[in-house]
Amino acid sequence: MSRKVAIVAVAQTKYEASNTNQSNSELLWEVTKKILEQTNLKFENQVNSGLCIDKIIHCSEDFWQGRTISDLTLHPEMGGYAMDVIKVAADGTQAVYHAAMSILSGHHDVILITAQRKESETVRSSIENNAFDPIYLRPLGFDFLTAAALQATRYMHTYGLTEEHFARVAVKNRSNAKNNPYARREKAITINDVLRSKMLAYPIKQLDAKPVADGACAIVVASEEAVKKLTDKPVWITGLGNCYDAHYPGDRELSHSEALSLASKKAYKMAGIKNPRKEIDLAEIADEYSYQELLWTEGLGLCDEGKGGELIESGSTEIDGKLPVNTAGGLLSGLPSGVAGMAQTAEAFLQLQGNAGARQVNGAQIALVQGTTGPCGQSHCVIILNRRKGEIL
Amino acid sequence: MSERIAIVGVGQTYFKSRRPEVSELEMVNEAVMAALENAHLTIKDIDAVVVGNMELFEGDYQVDMWLAGGSGAYLKSGFKVQTGGSTGSSVCCTVFDLAATGEFKTILGIGFEKQDEGSSQASLRSIHEDVFFDVGSSGKSAATAVQSVALDMMHRKSITEEQVAIVRVKQAENAMRNPNAHLRRKLTVEEVMNSPKLAWPLRVFHMCPTSVGACAIIVAPESQVKKISNNPAWVADWTNIHGAIQPFYGSITPSTVSTPLGPMWAWSVEQAANRIYKRNGITNPRKELDVVEVYDMATWAEIEWWERIHLCERNDAHKLVEERATWLDGDIPVNPSGGVTSTNAIGASAMQRVAEVAIQVRGEGSERQVPNVKMGLAVTAGGDMYSAGVLIKKSL
Repeated sequence: MSRKVAIVAVAQTKYEASNTNQSNSELLWEVTKKILEQTNLKFENQVNSGLCIDKIIHCSEDFWQGRTISDLTLHPEMGGYAMDVIKVAADGTQAVYHAAMSILSGHHDVILITAQRKESETVRSSIENNAFDPIYLRPLGFDFLTAAALQATRYMHTYGLTEEHFARVAVKNRSNAKNNPYARREKAITINDVLRSKMLAYPIKQLDAKPVADGACAIVVASEEAVKKLTDKPVWITGLGNCYDAHYPGDRELSHSEALSLASKKAYKMAGIKNPRKEIDLAEIADEYSYQELLWTEGLGLCDEGKGGELIESGSTEIDGKLPVNTAGGLLSGLPSGVAGMAQTAEAFLQLQGNAGARQVNGAQIALVQGTTGPCGQSHCVIILNRRKGEIL
Repeated sequence: MSERIAIVGVGQTYFKSRRPEVSELEMVNEAVMAALENAHLTIKDIDAVVVGNMELFEGDYQVDMWLAGGSGAYLKSGFKVQTGGSTGSSVCCTVFDLAATGEFKTILGIGFEKQDEGSSQASLRSIHEDVFFDVGSSGKSAATAVQSVALDMMHRKSITEEQVAIVRVKQAENAMRNPNAHLRRKLTVEEVMNSPKLAWPLRVFHMCPTSVGACAIIVAPESQVKKISNNPAWVADWTNIHGAIQPFYGSITPSTVSTPLGPMWAWSVEQAANRIYKRNGITNPRKELDVVEVYDMATWAEIEWWERIHLCERNDAHKLVEERATWLDGDIPVNPSGGVTSTNAIGASAMQRVAEVAIQVRGEGSERQVPNVKMGLAVTAGGDMYSAGVLIKKSL
């Protein structure tokens, strides 16, 4: 692989519990405008030749707006006029994956990736229920929460993890969010607060679950030649991997994520990472439910299977630990699903650039971003980011 | 560009109005198995699976999750893309991009729709561009969008109603030769001209049906192609282009709003073709191309696309009818498959245009085979203003 791809710019709105001041279009315009101001880029339709945004990848799912082809009305706000535009209907990490692959294909040089979602305008569980097969699982009333509850219970049963382990994740991530200007302002919580919060579906309680959130994120990825003209602080995408698991929870060993293991192996191989535990400096992991941060950390090979509990107890995933995880606060601090993977990619970018402000991890060179789509992490995407270009790829 | 790529397998289900005997998963699996058989591969040979459909039509959120057992995506790479009527070609362009990286051995692309399990029209009502002024009040539909294109064509004296009927009869003849097509019934000019009006001059028999079915393609980079197939359909070039939304235009559909660029929908079709022609040195498409597949959501659209992709001069579409140039035995056959007017399972439709050109280039069109196809073009349209252009060659 001779071509290389890097992230050159990111933009985010503030992620709020309920943004009644901005429509989907306005959220999207806020991040697109920030990107255009940061990069001075123009769209392909505005220039005759030379450096420009030559493709837009929008990340959205129709259900959240209750309309088919949900990106259709949003094109004016992301410049999707007389342009190559495609919509990825999955977590934001998959949109970044698609964009990076399109750059590596040699068919594109600069791609704008956008995502917005207003979870406050609908009911999550009623949407998520439709993600289950319509014959056997949907009539049972599953949503991602109740499916996750089965997975968390299985995880606890197999490896002896406790609700307290999961609570620690929520406390850590909410604490990290206080230094993230894009995160909503919430009061600090303790392990007891989590344990005493309202039970949603055992063992998941209110503070173990990602809250409803509204917001938008945009990212620009570019080819090596374009990068030189756009920034002197690019962050290179050196590894990519994604993978589906089986749909029926009963067909899977829920306390082990085979798909994530395979996705991460692909990404490590592409990035030339032989020992992820040593080489990766920080990780952004999809913590839609608190237990997932631990389970996915295991799936990524960043700790031994079943040792997620010990990992969180050891403090090594704290912001000043050996492997800081979710330095911006993660999904648990309120990221909209779908946008989440992009927001976490943006956070890793800011960290590697050294622009993460009060939550900056010093000397970080390689970061990992993991996103998930579907119930119980049925599909995973792993992205490796590197401050240096790296030789492999 | 990194790797040259080729389509090494094409599979389709047969298409019908209703298929209550199969689920979406089982139906998709039929197309996947057909594509694997066509490529002489097994699912173990596939590295990645990209799926596309209209998620609200069947009411399945993240349908690729449930489908993982039937699409073959289990423990493989992949994700879902969707762009409306052009979803199938967006899947193709995504698969082509992935293949060209050289990171995958073989990639499977799937487009499908099972419209008997939902209300497509009810879902389509939700696309109206402006929530505040437009939704529900304007009576807009695909039919009224085509109507304004049709009226424009009649006004320009590009085509007569009778000639449109003649073209529809051609489509029916082609579909009768295609075992996978949905509407396979002989039509006469009188029948078409006397069919009920949908939105004059658009009539029922001009319009695409509501179909159920799936299409799949298998794509590989050059390094793998040699091992898989001695008859690949090389994907020489591909482009995806989106027109523009025109908010606040009240009851006029964005696809037909006159802009400095002309009706936007038609504009993206023209752009897709122009980009392909320019990048591949094609100056006389009618002469240089051997076969063309267009996204003819109605017969009027097929004829408009002839002009838009420069198979004839503006306003000269009637000449192609008079010369029977776009018939199977003409000099530039268009839609040997029978096109979208014969088969329209939305998520599959745009992929079928690409798939049919690959079939023709590979000489696998049996009764509908155009002789000696060396180069073919597929141009799609959908989601109001998305178009893709895909150029496929027998050899590079």
